[in-house]
Amino acid sequence: MEYAIAVQELTKHYEDVTAVDHISFEVEKGEIFGFLGPNGAGKTTTIRILTGLIKPDGGKAFVAGYDVLKNPIEAKQRVGVVPEVSNAYVDLTAWENLALIGKLYGVPPQKLRENATSLLKEFGLYEVKDKLVRAFSKGMKQRLLLCMALVNDPEVLFLDEPTSGLDVESARLLREKITRYNKDGKTVFLSTHNMEEANQLCHRIAIINHGRIAAIDTPENLRAQSMELQYIEVTFNKTVNMQEFSENSSITKAVPAGNKVRIYTADPSTVIEFLVEYAKRNKLRILSLNTMMPSLEDVFLKLIKGKEAVVQ
Amino acid sequence: MSTLTEQFKRSFVIAEKNIKIYYSKGPVIIFGLVFPLFLALAYVIGRNIPLKEVLPGLIGMTTFFTATSVGPSIVPWETRSKTLERLLCCPVALWTVVVGDMLSSFIFGLIISVIPLALTLALGIQPLNFIILLLGLTIANLCFAALSVLLSAYPPTDIPATSMMLSSLVKFPLVFISGVFIPVEQLPQWGTAIASISPLTYFTDLVRQLFLNKGFYPLTLDFLMVTAFTMAFALAAMKLHEKTITKRLS
Repeated sequence: MEYAIAVQELTKHYEDVTAVDHISFEVEKGEIFGFLGPNGAGKTTTIRILTGLIKPDGGKAFVAGYDVLKNPIEAKQRVGVVPEVSNAYVDLTAWENLALIGKLYGVPPQKLRENATSLLKEFGLYEVKDKLVRAFSKGMKQRLLLCMALVNDPEVLFLDEPTSGLDVESARLLREKITRYNKDGKTVFLSTHNMEEANQLCHRIAIINHGRIAAIDTPENLRAQSMELQYIEVTFNKTVNMQEFSENSSITKAVPAGNKVRIYTADPSTVIEFLVEYAKRNKLRILSLNTMMPSLEDVFLKLIKGKEAVVQ
Repeated sequence: MSTLTEQFKRSFVIAEKNIKIYYSKGPVIIFGLVFPLFLALAYVIGRNIPLKEVLPGLIGMTTFFTATSVGPSIVPWETRSKTLERLLCCPVALWTVVVGDMLSSFIFGLIISVIPLALTLALGIQPLNFIILLLGLTIANLCFAALSVLLSAYPPTDIPATSMMLSSLVKFPLVFISGVFIPVEQLPQWGTAIASISPLTYFTDLVRQLFLNKGFYPLTLDFLMVTAFTMAFALAAMKLHEKTITKRLS
């Protein structure tokens, strides 16, 4: 099978720091692939290598079937990029920015006019197309960047923190557009800090830490792999002594959370039975009891900082 | 071959963008227009020399300053605004961007250097061969544009003022050693030797031959040397930018 992106043993050093350390993964065509990691984990370096901006020190990377080292122009011809920082030309108008990028991709003039017009209309920027980008809000700039990434009708879209710092409405609009363009067949490589965004949008997620891939799977499977992070939240009618909880072998940890008690366990049914017994024995009433699945954020924290960081 | 043609086309797209953005920037107007104008006035006014004698130095100096005014600022400016990253995400090679920057610097120099030339013709001073003069002016502008883009390569700064200042440190000594103020034949032997390392020397000499029919080097050598300097500067600019690009983007 030909992948939209294939990375093999990719490595990049900056002086004595290893930014990317022998990472390997594949992204299938038509997939939204999330790339999560803390600051300095190697996300942007990986994207910069895949978009042909910097050369790796080792390994191979293929984008749209082209080796980014041997055929960078061919690979770049098939991708659209929304970089981490807003970088449209502020001294040019929205239309001039789109025209510039379209011409650099060699889009024929008629096709460029059609694409630019339809994108600006779709992203609500057509009315301001002749205004300098300098006067645009952050949300407008970000929408323009997405238009610029789409003007050449790319096969693969690289989005580096596309909704970072945006207001709720703009972020939602961008997410909707990402989903729509993915449904139209575009592969999306999405780097984000936003767990909820990754959870909502991505078919699969790679978690990178210290330049290495810590896990790759669907959001559901990642959560399922961390079942020890599921917990029960119980509220009693009185304050309880949690000493007895920590003596139960099915309970990993019990911590107070406001007026509730949060009990981490890999075996919720046994713990629920225990809690009911405990309440009877101590003449307590259970006011509420919920079994909570681990969130993607919990999984992320567990992989990055270890289980203790999540439970604390 | 078609890829090469396509990349050259994209260099022109980059040059068009540079013209729209950078020609009206303050440092470009100061270093490319105001400064050569005042330097030219200071050079001409109060000197008891016929205008024809002053012309070669005047044309050489204005061409040099205008053609080198755009190049040093583009890359630092685009590094700072992160538009360089945006540009390099597109299917263009780094040399395509470098050539685009050279072209915009070249076009600026060519347009402005036409002014003293037109003034010369308006005053009834005719060169021996107008076509050769135009050819020389074109190659010299290309040479100085390549030098200006080379000057923007190192250090890989994102502050345009730093790059402009450092380029001035190279440009001013070059003007003083290049026979602009004193013809090369009047320099001592060591002065002639130093003058030979500057591309401006050969251009000024070329203009002097075409207006005054007297020069230090043969005309062919002037052309060859300016062409050789152009190629050397262009290649060095591409290599040096390639070397510093990772640092610029990090």
